[in-house]
Amino acid sequence: MNKTNTSQNTFIIFFGYLGRCFLRAIESIGDAAVLSATSLAHLFHRPWQGKHIVLQLYALGVGSFVIIAITGAFTGMVLALQGYYTLAKFGSESLLGSGVALSIIRELGPVLGAFMMVGRAGSSITAEIGIMRVTEQLDALQMMAVNPKARVILPRIIAMIIALPLLVSMFDMIGLGAGYIVGVELLGVNGGAFVGEMIAKVTPMDLYAGWVKALGFGILIGIICTYMGYRATPTTEGVAKATTQAVVAGSVGVLVLDYILTSFFL
Amino acid sequence: MIHTEQLSRHFDDVIALNNTDIHIKAQQTTVIMGGSGSGKTTLLRLLAGLECPTSGHIWYGDDDLNGMSQKRLYQLRARMGMLFQYSALLNSLNVYDNVAFPLVEHTKLDNSVIHTMVTMKLEQVGLRGFENLMPSQLSGGMAKRVAFARALAMDPEVVFFDEPTSGLDPISAGVIASLIGNITKHTKMTSIVVTHDVHAGLEIADHVILLWQGKVIAEGTSDVIRNCDDARVQQFIEGRPDGPIPFSRSETSYIEDLLHKPGTVRIS
Repeated sequence: MNKTNTSQNTFIIFFGYLGRCFLRAIESIGDAAVLSATSLAHLFHRPWQGKHIVLQLYALGVGSFVIIAITGAFTGMVLALQGYYTLAKFGSESLLGSGVALSIIRELGPVLGAFMMVGRAGSSITAEIGIMRVTEQLDALQMMAVNPKARVILPRIIAMIIALPLLVSMFDMIGLGAGYIVGVELLGVNGGAFVGEMIAKVTPMDLYAGWVKALGFGILIGIICTYMGYRATPTTEGVAKATTQAVVAGSVGVLVLDYILTSFFL
Repeated sequence: MIHTEQLSRHFDDVIALNNTDIHIKAQQTTVIMGGSGSGKTTLLRLLAGLECPTSGHIWYGDDDLNGMSQKRLYQLRARMGMLFQYSALLNSLNVYDNVAFPLVEHTKLDNSVIHTMVTMKLEQVGLRGFENLMPSQLSGGMAKRVAFARALAMDPEVVFFDEPTSGLDPISAGVIASLIGNITKHTKMTSIVVTHDVHAGLEIADHVILLWQGKVIAEGTSDVIRNCDDARVQQFIEGRPDGPIPFSRSETSYIEDLLHKPGTVRIS
């Protein structure tokens, strides 16, 4: 009898915990949606935040270029190397160009670019806003009649939305260039075949798919990272936790959204 | 000028403020005092509109802060200043830009006029010549004075001070306290100061409000407070450990806790 009661209690505790987690997640998604919507509404109101959007664009976009370039270069190189040895087994080395291009443009460019942005820029957004919360800078802005949603959140979301597609385009170009160098210069694939296959197989739809993904990831990362920072518990531990959660939620969110968008574009 | 009506603020089961009625007169320094957890910072944040009350009203003249539109609240705040406990300077801006920030945001003044005004404010707080320092390069006292200059930048009608002397050495605390007193007198602004620094508080106050457990237990001029018969007031202003205000807040038996509640060490 006691054993049955104990297992029933464990069952209730387990599903109670799951239920609470689910409700908290739904609550957070709703809260994040409201926060970002009310922040983005300031895009159409005075005072205009153009200067602050440009500053954030520089900090997030230009500041992330090096890491994006390095990631893009090595992704292209590895793809060319792996692709060459796989295709060589079937005597289809000439398809290397299209394989590298489609992989990077449709999938790896947007996803790896987004991961890099979550880790590099997203975490810094969350930490910066969280620290502003801890040190009462957000309250100070309010007391100076400056709306923190317009001044702090809006420019970061917009900058992320603009920066990510541009950075992903650069990732793609650098990745393709690096793939060409490894495939053609190091492994001896015919240069004309590499470029010709690439041009023949990559359609405008593939490019749109990559950009739409990058745009979607930019919106997602911007919303998650600003929300986590804005709602961080105002302690050092709270900011650290919010930063970790932002990176985890951002990365998982990118993968989930990638699946949804890929299913639309196939 | 400002008054509250049955103002309450609860945080889950904790009652920070309980049906509090206070009146703050214009162009005076009102000092709100009380021990830790008495509700004074909560009261200040409610008056500044940084938090919403659980119940009750806050009146600025004929305007009720409750249910006020955001636009109106921001218009009201443009006439307010606030000195935060930890200064809350914007980390990315230097001293000059921090003080100039409200002027740049809310006026269309020429840069040369803003420069003059910032220089005047920094001179008032004794920090002219430190314009290029970043907040991380300032001592606690200097940061508070910069924050004070920033709070004064727009020549506000009301300035809120949250623990302006906490964490400062006696000289810096004295400088801040005398600045509050002098500037309030000369600029005819309304100062609302939250502090548990009894000496500085009674020195600069035109009106003192003493809080305990979220309720007003005494108010009046500094002399009225000094001569108040209430044992709680006397214990507070004399800083005596024994009296009606208990040092320990524990509700359970000390002996019981020692004998029957072995704790688990959570740090390694």
